[in-house]
Amino acid sequence: MSEVTLIINDEEVKAEEGMTILEAARSVGIDIPTLCYHEKLAPYGACRLCMVEIVRGRGSSLVTSCVYTVEDGLVVKTESEPVIKGRKMLLELMWARAPGITALRHYGIRYGITEVKAIREYGVIVDRATAKFEIEPTFCTLCGLCVRYCAEVEKKNAIGFVGRGTEREVVFFPQIARKWCPGCQECYSLCPTGALPSHYALAEAHHST
Amino acid sequence: MARGLAKINEIDGKYGSNKSALIQILLEIQRENNWLPKDTLMWVSQKLGVPLTETYHVVTFYKAFSLMPKGRHSITVCLGTACHVRGAPRLLDRVIETLKIKPGESSTDMRFSLDTVNCLGCCALGPVMVVDSVYYGKPSTKQIEQIFATCE
Amino acid sequence: MPRLNSATDLERFRREILAKRDGTRTVSVTNGTDGRTRGSQNVVRAFVEEIERQGLREKVEVKSAGCHGFCEKEPIAIILPDEICYVGVKPEDVPEIVSQTLANSKIIERLLYEDPTTGQRITKETDIPFYKYQNRTVLGNNRFIDMESIDDYIAIGGYSALAKALFEMTPEQVLQEVKKANLRGRGGGGFPAGIKWETTRNAPGEIKYVIVNADEGDPGAYMDRSLLEGNPRSVLEGLLIGAHTIGSHQGVIYVRQEYPLAVENLSIALEQAREYGLLGTNILGSGFDFDVEVHRGAGAFVSGEESGLMRAIEGRVGEPRPRYVYPAVRGLWGMPTNINNVETWATVPLIINKGAEWFTSIGTERSKGTKLFSLVGKVNNTGLVEVPMGMTLRDVIFDIGGGIPGGKKFKAVQTGGPSGGVIPESLLDTPVDFDELTKLGSIMGSGGMIVMDEDTCVVDVARYFFNFLAGESCGKCLPCREGIYQMLKILNRICSGEGEVGDVELLEEIAEVVRDFSLCALGGTAPNPVLSTIRYFRDEYEAHIREKRCPAGVCKALISYYIEPEKCQACLICLRECPVGTITGGKNLIHIIDQDKCTKCGTCLEVCPPRFGAITRLSGVKVPEPVLQGTEVIRKRGRKK
Repeated sequence: MSEVTLIINDEEVKAEEGMTILEAARSVGIDIPTLCYHEKLAPYGACRLCMVEIVRGRGSSLVTSCVYTVEDGLVVKTESEPVIKGRKMLLELMWARAPGITALRHYGIRYGITEVKAIREYGVIVDRATAKFEIEPTFCTLCGLCVRYCAEVEKKNAIGFVGRGTEREVVFFPQIARKWCPGCQECYSLCPTGALPSHYALAEAHHST
Repeated sequence: MARGLAKINEIDGKYGSNKSALIQILLEIQRENNWLPKDTLMWVSQKLGVPLTETYHVVTFYKAFSLMPKGRHSITVCLGTACHVRGAPRLLDRVIETLKIKPGESSTDMRFSLDTVNCLGCCALGPVMVVDSVYYGKPSTKQIEQIFATCE
Repeated sequence: MPRLNSATDLERFRREILAKRDGTRTVSVTNGTDGRTRGSQNVVRAFVEEIERQGLREKVEVKSAGCHGFCEKEPIAIILPDEICYVGVKPEDVPEIVSQTLANSKIIERLLYEDPTTGQRITKETDIPFYKYQNRTVLGNNRFIDMESIDDYIAIGGYSALAKALFEMTPEQVLQEVKKANLRGRGGGGFPAGIKWETTRNAPGEIKYVIVNADEGDPGAYMDRSLLEGNPRSVLEGLLIGAHTIGSHQGVIYVRQEYPLAVENLSIALEQAREYGLLGTNILGSGFDFDVEVHRGAGAFVSGEESGLMRAIEGRVGEPRPRYVYPAVRGLWGMPTNINNVETWATVPLIINKGAEWFTSIGTERSKGTKLFSLVGKVNNTGLVEVPMGMTLRDVIFDIGGGIPGGKKFKAVQTGGPSGGVIPESLLDTPVDFDELTKLGSIMGSGGMIVMDEDTCVVDVARYFFNFLAGESCGKCLPCREGIYQMLKILNRICSGEGEVGDVELLEEIAEVVRDFSLCALGGTAPNPVLSTIRYFRDEYEAHIREKRCPAGVCKALISYYIEPEKCQACLICLRECPVGTITGGKNLIHIIDQDKCTKCGTCLEVCPPRFGAITRLSGVKVPEPVLQGTEVIRKRGRKK
């Protein structure tokens, strides 16, 4: 594998061809926030927190660092203004959905988010045509680590996504879960909110048929 | 159930055991049966070697699928942009008031199911309501009542 | 029907068809989905029966055709070769048409189109203003083809471009022609098709795919449906030419769930093509093998996005993927794949037959050729129009569209569907052009053109689009899923009178992040409707927020209906028509609306006789205290009962 040299935050970084920007950055201790990333899993690109700015010629663009592979001479900025502006909003949006969680709290402190101003309460829309948008605050950030780990590493598919848009949720499939989960529980520690054990318990309780 | 299974086998035979045929197979079953029972979903997943979680994600992701039995008569109101601008929300309100159910629901006597759709492509008629594949453009409140009254 | 095994076979067959039809007349009836909702199936049937009955079967052909474009006036029957155009035809009119026009060349005045401004009746189809200003190179052929007939398509020169591409040109030459023509994608992206083809052609790998994107998810756009219903073979021919150029032997046509007639007609077209040797193995004896599958969508707007579409074809949830490699290099099943829109493919045979030079002679500097638009909403002539790039929006809406009905004032036109924006009156002289529209904060999109008038509330329109997008977001990535939802909540609050100062700024702030951080183009373009309405109609947002007033009188929470006591003549009409019985009063007694029970449906305003005009819609002002129940009306002097 040949070596490439890229510039991250004005620092020269050597990386192997085929590495992603995120991997290259981490290899030299540069911290890029992530939520849905895990070394054992295929990059998912859902949280968007790892987006960074790359500069090309006169223009620049935002790319997903967990997916974008390094190039020789690539100029990367991981804490530029548009990047931080976006991260702040993303964190606010995440906490608006899941107000009780402490995940990524240290990033909130780093970026000076003292209040979630994006929305007052995550609640009910009363509108006939959109009657389905009645959502309650949850403990799930939909990072997908549990679903993907169970599918890609354990290959049991005991837990999965259902629904679309804001109705998307993570669901244990009781008939499969009760067979495998008690002996595994690997996803419990992966979950950034720690809500999985109770989630499993609830799913088990419902499975009476 | 035996007849249903035979039908499913027929549909499945048409597509083979190719995982990528999941959506096409489910669409045909949905068309035949009007909804997708849990047993059917488990059976199709097994046949195609698709994880049950993925099948469920597919049927809850795409709007064509129904996991609950639907009413005998399907009522659809178009909420496309052109219809919206011509007053579709008011039409929907009147339909909801008459049927006493919301979009996505079926009446308790299983007579009606109400859905909305985002553009059927007959904007010149808008706002459009479809009852069992018959299209009605700009129906008045009275017409709506009359049409529903003829649905057994 | 023996197979056509060479270009000469095809040409000879074409001449045979034409010879057989020499001297006959044709009546072409619009029978696409739009027409069928207005009873065109019965009209077609009536023609077939009547022509049989009057013994004219050898002399007259009936064509069940796709949409001609003038949907407002369907069912339309065109008599060819005379080009006589009858509009709003009913089955009862058919016997007369057959005996008078088809048998005796006599025109039936009352069935001709009447020009609303001059009152003149127009005979020839191409003289009708709606058609006169169009340039119908792509959609125009719908008139000459029965939707289920391959012979009709061959008769007008169908598949000759394919023959030319297979036998008279090399794939490289075809590619250069398409590149020279600068054919930009008609599905919304506007990306040069030639470059896409070239990238796919040059990508390493033996197996390559070509896909027709017929998902057409933009609400209000139905151009692709009309092409697929009325002339599916033009799309197929383009696909074949592209496949041969790229080196692909397998194609997929992905049609959205809501288009059953298009799927049916496509299947018929494919079967026939296989029979004639125009699809499958050894096409036209050239040695080129290619076949195609039809794949139905299952109801998801996001599956119209390229990577979502490919996942749907693979039988998976149609979620887009983060990718920095184009489908042209790694697409369906990981193979090089070229995806183009229906209209783009249908334009290819024209470019091959008439040449890139002809194509580039139409249009502007960077947007060549013609474009189909669905002109809908508050416009007189609703329908599908095909105009040369460069025609101004004003000309499209007023010359072709016939302006705004009811004498109302134009407010804005929305282009590009949920990814697009509004264009106000001051910018109506903008030419239809990919880059010009993008500069204004909108996009060309797939061609939806929704016209709005003074009675349309742009905040409500923005909310409508966000409602749509919130329901269609796949939900995978945080900014799109949460950001769109939050913006929808804010817009809902504004429309229900709970807007707060700072809401517009908050909308803009969230919009920027949704635009820049979303995974795919759904999230990436979602902010456009709100950003463009704020850009051009900020005062309307401010009115909703600061004055709790909806200038267009649409947002229910901000309007009230009020019967002016001095004008009410107690005719009892509104009282009876009110669907919730909220109007009190009686004979000679002033009618009063109970504001607490009123559902703001607006029926009373609609039914109050214009000569009284007693009902007004108020917004942003307090509703006056009602008069006492039982107050008698004030009769106007000299008023006729």
